[in-house]
Amino acid sequence: MAAFLEGKHAQAFPSFGSERMGAPVISFCRLDDKEIRLREPINEPDALIIQDTTLLHSVDVFHGLKPGGFILINSKRSFDELGIAEFVATFPDRHVCVVGATELALKHVKRPLPNAALLGGFAAISGQLNMDSVSKAIMGKFPGPIGEANIAAAQEAFDIVKSA
Amino acid sequence: MLKQIEGSEAVAEAVALCRPEVVCAYPITPQTHIVEGVGKRIKNGSLENCEFINVESEFAALSVAIGASAAGARSYTATASQGLLYMAEAVYNAAGLGLPIVMTIGNRAIGAPINIWNDHTDSMSMRDSGWIQLFAETNQEALDLHIQAFRLAEELSCPVMVCMDGFILTHAYERIDMPTQEEVDAFLPPYEPIQVLDPDEPYSIGAMVGPEAFTEVRYLANDKQLQALRLIPEISNVFKDVFGRNSGGLVQPYRLDDAETVVVALGSVNGTIKEVVDAMRKDGEKIGSLGISSFRPFPQEAVYDAINHTKRIVVLEKSMAPGMGGIVDSNVRMSLSGLSTPVHTIIAGLGGRPITMASLREVFEIAGEDRLPRIQFLDIDHAAVEHEIVRARHTRRSGPTAESILRHKAVNPAQKG
Repeated sequence: MAAFLEGKHAQAFPSFGSERMGAPVISFCRLDDKEIRLREPINEPDALIIQDTTLLHSVDVFHGLKPGGFILINSKRSFDELGIAEFVATFPDRHVCVVGATELALKHVKRPLPNAALLGGFAAISGQLNMDSVSKAIMGKFPGPIGEANIAAAQEAFDIVKSA
Repeated sequence: MLKQIEGSEAVAEAVALCRPEVVCAYPITPQTHIVEGVGKRIKNGSLENCEFINVESEFAALSVAIGASAAGARSYTATASQGLLYMAEAVYNAAGLGLPIVMTIGNRAIGAPINIWNDHTDSMSMRDSGWIQLFAETNQEALDLHIQAFRLAEELSCPVMVCMDGFILTHAYERIDMPTQEEVDAFLPPYEPIQVLDPDEPYSIGAMVGPEAFTEVRYLANDKQLQALRLIPEISNVFKDVFGRNSGGLVQPYRLDDAETVVVALGSVNGTIKEVVDAMRKDGEKIGSLGISSFRPFPQEAVYDAINHTKRIVVLEKSMAPGMGGIVDSNVRMSLSGLSTPVHTIIAGLGGRPITMASLREVFEIAGEDRLPRIQFLDIDHAAVEHEIVRARHTRRSGPTAESILRHKAVNPAQKG
């Protein structure tokens, strides 16, 4: 929705797995300046957002990621502590980043829902979206105090990633 | 107005703009968001003069729609997969009675084995029920087709299914242009039934018809579909005049002019196919595609006119008739009878298996070299199939096939070729 507000075409779609809480899920998003006709799942992403670090050692989450791509991980731990320092070193500076999005959500939204914060972080790391349109998109989806709290979480994540 | 919303939400809004008077539905993935969206609009008052009726099953959902439609109300419902099978008797009844109900199908596979993901087996099971079946390529087209469907259904007094790929469209967020209420009102006049149950002028609907008249009634059911062949392009043209864009019609040709290979398909996969066609055209391959928007009635003449000049035809379909092969394929062949153009079938996307550009390009290139077999399953794991055939041959009590394939796949991750 943020990309749409900037006049881009965007396509977002989920891949459903087992219908139970806690099952690994994948969701895809394409951004383009022209109409998006392609419907295949994204196998070679330019950017990857990892919401849960327990996936790092159970699923090959980095599979297909393009060299020089972007990675944003929801964690307060360092690359060393996550056991991916060696892998991260193969990426350009400022292309891989951690942000404690769940903690930011707990602080601002009072619930462990890291999505909005990660969106702010993604805007910062990828340079694909303005923070303004991210805020407008969140407000469009969640008008009122819930939207404002999520925007605060997104803004703080944006600032953290920008200054990382 | 341009919006970035989920396909289901877009369809719910479009249906509401059509001012239905009775909506009844039973939830089933992946269609549920649509009727939830319509229900929300009735509850918050933005859709007026409409009653949402909760029912206990899909059979009841369509039965209520039949009753409401016979009483003169514009009626809508939606379903998918086993839900469509469960309402099967009512599906035939709605068509046989000539009631202009509009129903969305969020296309999904049919079990067993149970599978919630997309293919076209559900709609295909009802292809000869007498309903008109329109297939959407994008969410824009899905919402446009619903607006056209009410007008088409009511002009003919014939029910219409709008088929949209489950998850791939229903759950995808993309840009759509939502018309205004004024535009939809200008395009879709209030429902004027050709038959209505009215206590002031009582008559019966649904008489028993014996051998003396049944053939004639059925002849007219076919005739109605033939009238739809004329009306569908007409309505699509009027739609273009009012809303300024092409949507629906019978078929949608893409880069066919000098094409030697033509790919024919239904639904959202046409988007991916166009990307492959563009990529291959860039490399000098003479390839084009033909999207079929109206599967019932099947536009035999339009298909013939579009592709009779080509060297070979590849029908890519998300359905399969066991013991026969392709379903869309049989219809395309029928349209081309008298020609010797080879027709190949590719069965793809069953139960939600992704259809990728890379796999499509590979088979289209093989087709271009005239090396494609008569029928092929895209990206099938032959090793898994062979393993199961051999295993079952050697053990009488070999157990259930699906579970065995799952066990094999867990140890031998996806292979193709």
